Amino acid sequence: MPTYDLPDSRGHFGPYGGVFVAETLIHALTELREQYARYQHDPEFVAEFESELAHYVGRPSPVYHARRLSAKAGGAQIWLKREDLNHTGAHKINNCIGQALLARRLGKPRVIAETGAGQHGVATATVAARFGMECVVYMGSEDVKRQAQNVFRMKLLGATVVPVESGSKTLKDALNEAMRDWVTNVESTFYIIGTVAGPHPYPMMVRDFQSVIGKECLTQMPQAAGRQPDAVIACVGGGSNAMGIFHPYIAHGGVRLIGVEAAGDGLDTGRHSASLTAGRPGVLHGNRTYLLQDADGQIIETHSISAGLDYPGVGPEHAWLKDSGRAEYVTITDDEALAAFHDCCRVEGIIPALESSHALAYAAKLAATMGSDRILLVNLSGRGDKDMNTVAERSGLRFHCRPECDPARR
Amino acid sequence: MNRIDATFAKLRAAGRTALIPYVTAGDPSPASTLPIMLSLVAAGADLVELGVPFSDPMADGPVIQRASERALAQHVGLLDVLAIVAAFRNVDADTPVVLMGYANPVEAMGQAAFADRARAAGVDGVLVVDYPPEEAGDFAALLAARGLACIFLLSPTTPEARIASIAAMARGYVYYVSLKGVSGAGHLDTDEVARKLAEIRRHVALPVGVGFGIRDAASAQAIAAHADAVVIGSRIIQEIEAGPASAAAGRAGRWLAGIRAALDAMPRRAV
Repeated sequence: MPTYDLPDSRGHFGPYGGVFVAETLIHALTELREQYARYQHDPEFVAEFESELAHYVGRPSPVYHARRLSAKAGGAQIWLKREDLNHTGAHKINNCIGQALLARRLGKPRVIAETGAGQHGVATATVAARFGMECVVYMGSEDVKRQAQNVFRMKLLGATVVPVESGSKTLKDALNEAMRDWVTNVESTFYIIGTVAGPHPYPMMVRDFQSVIGKECLTQMPQAAGRQPDAVIACVGGGSNAMGIFHPYIAHGGVRLIGVEAAGDGLDTGRHSASLTAGRPGVLHGNRTYLLQDADGQIIETHSISAGLDYPGVGPEHAWLKDSGRAEYVTITDDEALAAFHDCCRVEGIIPALESSHALAYAAKLAATMGSDRILLVNLSGRGDKDMNTVAERSGLRFHCRPECDPARR
Repeated sequence: MNRIDATFAKLRAAGRTALIPYVTAGDPSPASTLPIMLSLVAAGADLVELGVPFSDPMADGPVIQRASERALAQHVGLLDVLAIVAAFRNVDADTPVVLMGYANPVEAMGQAAFADRARAAGVDGVLVVDYPPEEAGDFAALLAARGLACIFLLSPTTPEARIASIAAMARGYVYYVSLKGVSGAGHLDTDEVARKLAEIRRHVALPVGVGFGIRDAASAQAIAAHADAVVIGSRIIQEIEAGPASAAAGRAGRWLAGIRAALDAMPRRAV
């Protein structure tokens, strides 16, 4: 296939991406683009980034052959990329380290972030503490309630958490509020966006920092499994863990790339977060991409059991990968994700994040249709400690039981 | 001649500063917007900026965001806004109307379909907050082909070279956002505005409107000493939301009349 070198100089992935922001933000984005271009390949910057990833984050994260999960699915071999073992418990920290190092070089003493599940907020608060920067995290007030433990973690780390009461009181509203803060405090403040969305250069920059995930897999899979996987599977909300593992594999045409969106209560109920599957292109949060919207172009409220997937947009590069056919996008419901969560806990001794459980659920489905010589690589993007309350509420007493002993599942 | 150009030509000849109120269409109710617009014109508005409600108004502060939420609670969409403009045109053939909003409702309708309908309704200019010049080429051309002005923002952080390139694309007037922040914020630095306007005028022949942070007669006069137009949004919406919806038009008009009187009390500008 031809060399893949998107985005273009203006941040476009085909018709997607771009810089759809008010004039008040253009200067800050121009500065960020120029400074990122300056440091992206700077040996000193790269060395510092890699050193932080090795000694602070704990990279490389292992790939792990989930033999019992594979046997349970009854088909292809399921391998897990263990981003859950990173410091702070998810892939989000990779990007936060990169952006914090950039913020230091830009001389910005204050960082802000938006967060949904709280994982990106915790990762941002963590790097702010690590580098001695002031940190303000915007979080929808609904999410503050759902993710009380992560709010506490951010406060322990010295961050100010601002509950956002506007709109649907979730991730998209937190993003709006963070943008407003940035416009107002643009000289002192670096906005650490947590996913591969937003205006150029964020989708590219976050992807670059996260692509350490896929680069490690390219080396690890031949060593551990004897070859590259047949498919790489990752959950997609904004899409940063998926872009991180997909991007280095784009040039490997034989490897299927499968993004798993949240079908929530089911696509037909309208209560879901499947932007690529059920949305249509539009402009939000600085980029053109697939959006969940009504006929008037108003952004609609989304739903997922996992706060980290509960977002009405998706990174523009995913939109392009979908249209170009290089990646496939499928959906998993809340119930399917929850079942996969329990399975992973009970047969592998790994408590996955509910976000990552969507990828696990689809991997199990797909594995069952394949021979045992096939290999699926799942990005286990985070651990599920943060989800204890959600799971306890949803599963009730049943979560004490092995999946096998549930009569409905025998 | 486009109504915007005609209006500014007339004001310039008279040495007067334009007064431009902003209100969000559909706030507090769909039926109240036309009376509010007429009341503002009667109070001395030279041009009306009509906000298109959007679910995620990122560049706006809490006041305009609340106005958007009230309108959206009554399902006011872009088609309804265009219908309001058409109704206004039936009564007022001269006062320019500029739609101001965000990209996605336009994208959902389709840029060309929107441009057609805006022209048919009697819209004179369009300011899409999140279409900066680098993303607005096609859209500006569609508007220009129909005689509509594509209006752009300038900000305190816009460098001089960029002001020149925006000037090349801008029609109607340019809108200088007078402070770093969102609409309705409070820290307006008049000296800084004057300095930046001088820089802008080196590159922009069009009239320059100034908005964000103007909330009383004194700040309006301070800005009017330097700008061709004074744009006021959040403060008027506060009047609209300050009492019963049935009397919103009267409250908005009375408040704006005070600003008009303050501007008219200033010495005429040299033509």
